Amino acid sequence: MDDEVLIAQDLKKHFVIGYESLMNRRPITVKAVDGVSFRVRRGETLGLVGESGSGKSTIAYMTVGMVQPSGGTLLFRGQDLFANGLKRALPLRKEIQIVFQDPGSSLNPRRTIQQILELPLRIHAPGKDLGQEVVRLLDLVDLPPEYMHKYPQMLSGGEKQIVAIARALATNPSLVILDEPTSALDVSVQGKIINLLIRLQREFDLTYLFITHDLSLMRNVASRVAIMYLGRICEVADAAEFFQFPQHPYTQMLLSSIPVVSEAEEAVKPKKIISTGEIPSPVNLPKGCSFHTRCPQVMDICKHVDPILVGTSAGHTARCHLFEQPVEVTAQGWPT
Amino acid sequence: MAKQGKVEKLAPPITRQYVRELQRQNRMENLGRGWYKFSRNPLSILGAAMVLLVTLLAIFAPWVAPHPDHAEPFTDFGHAHLPPSLEYPFGTDEIGRDILSRVIFGFRLSLWMGVVVLALVVPVGVLLGLIAGYAQGTRVDTIIMRLTDVFLAVPPLILALAIASVLKPNLTNSMVAVSLMWWPWYTRLVYGLASTLRNEFFVSSAETMGASTAHILFRELLPNMISPIFTKMSLDMGWVIIIGSMLSFVGLGVQEPTPALGTMVAKGARFLPDQWWVSIFPALAIVAVVLGFNLLGDGLRDLFAGEEV
Repeated sequence: MDDEVLIAQDLKKHFVIGYESLMNRRPITVKAVDGVSFRVRRGETLGLVGESGSGKSTIAYMTVGMVQPSGGTLLFRGQDLFANGLKRALPLRKEIQIVFQDPGSSLNPRRTIQQILELPLRIHAPGKDLGQEVVRLLDLVDLPPEYMHKYPQMLSGGEKQIVAIARALATNPSLVILDEPTSALDVSVQGKIINLLIRLQREFDLTYLFITHDLSLMRNVASRVAIMYLGRICEVADAAEFFQFPQHPYTQMLLSSIPVVSEAEEAVKPKKIISTGEIPSPVNLPKGCSFHTRCPQVMDICKHVDPILVGTSAGHTARCHLFEQPVEVTAQGWPT
Repeated sequence: MAKQGKVEKLAPPITRQYVRELQRQNRMENLGRGWYKFSRNPLSILGAAMVLLVTLLAIFAPWVAPHPDHAEPFTDFGHAHLPPSLEYPFGTDEIGRDILSRVIFGFRLSLWMGVVVLALVVPVGVLLGLIAGYAQGTRVDTIIMRLTDVFLAVPPLILALAIASVLKPNLTNSMVAVSLMWWPWYTRLVYGLASTLRNEFFVSSAETMGASTAHILFRELLPNMISPIFTKMSLDMGWVIIIGSMLSFVGLGVQEPTPALGTMVAKGARFLPDQWWVSIFPALAIVAVVLGFNLLGDGLRDLFAGEEV
């Protein structure tokens, strides 16, 4: 479909971290991403939210071609991004850009802002007046043109991230992956960055895949929200619907743990659900639903059968047995 | 953010000159901090002074040496084996040559050897280390690093002796011999640095942009390794000079009458202990050069220690 910029189908990434033993060469894998499907529509912001270790950054790295998926497909405007493995044609690279979490590490300390911003221009827009383009980019993100002579360590954390955003925009992309762009920054700077991102999205008709662990941030930024838990998506919904009618017990747990300030907010917020237990190891996933070890509404079936994503209302899907047709235990045991 | 930033921007007039001034201040500040760290250890200053002195002596040898002609074929048996005096501060050798003059010219040769060896070894070692470190985990990495292991496994001096004795014993061949055993150390150093740096996001960023491998190696990775490489080069100057002196001591380096410190120590050793000055002063000269470069290297290491890599 023309409207859908990025389509992930049953996307998987299993990292091999070792082998059973010297004799038994069965690989031990971490299922960082384990069968994820989602669609990003043109011009929207899809918020991908999850705890650390849920595989959300791995999805970002696969989309920009840093990591090769072990299964499934990733389509950009109908084109398979991994048709040639990690090799990717320049026009395709131009369309998908990424802003990394740590601006300290994403800008080379030995290169000036000018050199940093010139790199994408040299590769993707040869023949253009580089100096003029750098000034235009800096102006776009409201940085003074004189900054091009500075080194990254002369900039504040927020300014570094703004430069990283300018670099991502240098190729004039259509899809920008934001991998926790604000989580390394002060709260005061976070707002500034978010406003800048929203302004740029309007100006250039950008599509964002916004990856974060900060659910409350998504309320203001995302048009749709997808929740990840242990390498899987467990709930997807439009932002308004999502915050009002969270379906999955995990989502309810997350939403109930957001601190609130006013009485009015307290009234809307779901009742506090104490999260129990630790997040299981992705090396050794629990049988059945991966969330059953912490779920407050756990049923017998959850320990045996893995639920599937089912629609609960328009544009709202959840992966939970609460919303599936009841399943009966047969003489052979639980169906798998 | 409705372009409010524009108004704020006008407040301090950020002109090109202002930024230049800012950069200059920043550089001076770094320089000052660097000098402070370097000068906190008086030994580093001593090392720097020694290296500077030896370098100047070597460059201006024909003008500084009291008897520059003694570095060439020369005999004056009337003045053989004279003890140190005002005329001959380090004394004279068995054929009447001024030892001080020959030591000064000997510095020339030692430094020349160090410079040439490092000029051969550093580019090769650094390039291989960059490639192997960036390609970590691939076959390229394995081939390069196992090759360096092979070279490192051979005792360095024995390899140099073998090469120098198979080929004709002269300066070029001893430099080739030392270079052959020296490059793996740079490969190892740079390999370690590159394999850490390649995981930085600025490298991933350049990769996803579609930058060439050459750009990533030389523009993204290499500029971040300059300080450790320079430190090692300073320390290695001393080592190369020692090895060079060893080779000439056993007669596999520079041949007479060209003055080499190692050869002078070897020839003078016959006259110990009576004519001690023939051998002791060249030996002390070797100690001075090597010590100078080592102290300077330690100082540079302190200087770069606080720097983030």
